[in-house]
Amino acid sequence: MNTAILEAKNIEKWYGQTAALRDVSLTIGRGETVAVTGPSGCGKSTLLHCLSGILRPDQGSVHFQQRDLTTESEAARSRLRRTAFGVLFQFGQIVPELTSIENVTLPLQLGGLRYRDAAVRAQRLLDRLGIGGLGGKRPGEMSGGQQQRVALARALVTEPEVLFADEPTGALDSLAGEQVMVELVRLAREHGTTVLVVTHSAQVAAYADREIAMRDGRVETGGRVTISGEAR
Amino acid sequence: MSTTHSLLGILASQGIRHGYELKREHDRRLLGVRPLAFGQMYTTLARMLRNGYIAEAEHQRVSGPDRVAYRLTTEGRAELDQWLSQAVQPATHVSAQLFVKVIVALLVAPDEEAARSFLATQRTVHLERMRELTRVKTGGGATVTELAAADYLLNHLDADLRWMATTLDRIGQLRSEVLA
Repeated sequence: MNTAILEAKNIEKWYGQTAALRDVSLTIGRGETVAVTGPSGCGKSTLLHCLSGILRPDQGSVHFQQRDLTTESEAARSRLRRTAFGVLFQFGQIVPELTSIENVTLPLQLGGLRYRDAAVRAQRLLDRLGIGGLGGKRPGEMSGGQQQRVALARALVTEPEVLFADEPTGALDSLAGEQVMVELVRLAREHGTTVLVVTHSAQVAAYADREIAMRDGRVETGGRVTISGEAR
Repeated sequence: MSTTHSLLGILASQGIRHGYELKREHDRRLLGVRPLAFGQMYTTLARMLRNGYIAEAEHQRVSGPDRVAYRLTTEGRAELDQWLSQAVQPATHVSAQLFVKVIVALLVAPDEEAARSFLATQRTVHLERMRELTRVKTGGGATVTELAAADYLLNHLDADLRWMATTLDRIGQLRSEVLA
């Protein structure tokens, strides 16, 4: 692994009296695909939300490159999520009233790109994902697997540095899930995108280069790796 | 794994074949299955001849020993059809090494740590094998047969992992029962 792109140090997150994350430290290298695994309720989704700036941890720090996200404003973190981060959830992410192409162009237009230029990039990505012919379809007219590939296109169209995926195949049958993961890994490799995928499935975790296993809000194994030949 | 029925299937689909052709087709079509050793194949062919499932179709002598080609008989076709129509019976007894190792570790170690440690190490080994198999999918260019063979192994490894996770969750109770 070359350089660290994301680093969490001793982060804690509480919901009332319940600890969701306890003293979590980990390092993610640039270009790595890492799976965060563990049983339901172990804190893996909360961890993803803290690393992607959706949630602010109660203690500890989260560094993306040289920036400490825990000290950034909500507006700055929101900007980061539109530009440097892509997020893929289990389902319900694409806007039902918009067509596939409109859904995928949305992040680009929010970034100021004209629709015509955004649509060219969106179409190219839909083509790569094997759903180029579905640009005019709305989510309700597509299968679950096709909808998730549209969501993947939307997450990747801004060419983010890091893609966060939370149970990306959780709502799909095994073959549709396989197609989504194969495309996700292929596109991430081509663009050098770092991927953090949260999953309870060992078969999804097997797409990753390594695993960070969580249990009861703590990292059980895999949090620390060697960066640039230096033990951390 | 029934070598007899694999060979009957190849003969049924391809007609008359020599021994070395049967081995080549077996290894090519049944990816992920242990390659057929020549010794095992000729022993199996001899048994199939005795049972009347196959018959010698022709002898050729180019140089060295005779080369024998085999054909499927009516009895062989009936045996193949019956085998295909029967469901595979799930195993009656647990014979997996994983299960036995956990129980023995709980029996002999002073606490449950040896079993925990074994399960954690085994998880790492299983996941590494699953990563290798998953690269068949992400590498591009795999045939559907190669994907099906990888999926078969992946799903079995996944089942092992789920069993390991559940066993870890109740390792304390399991130890109490094993030592009782």
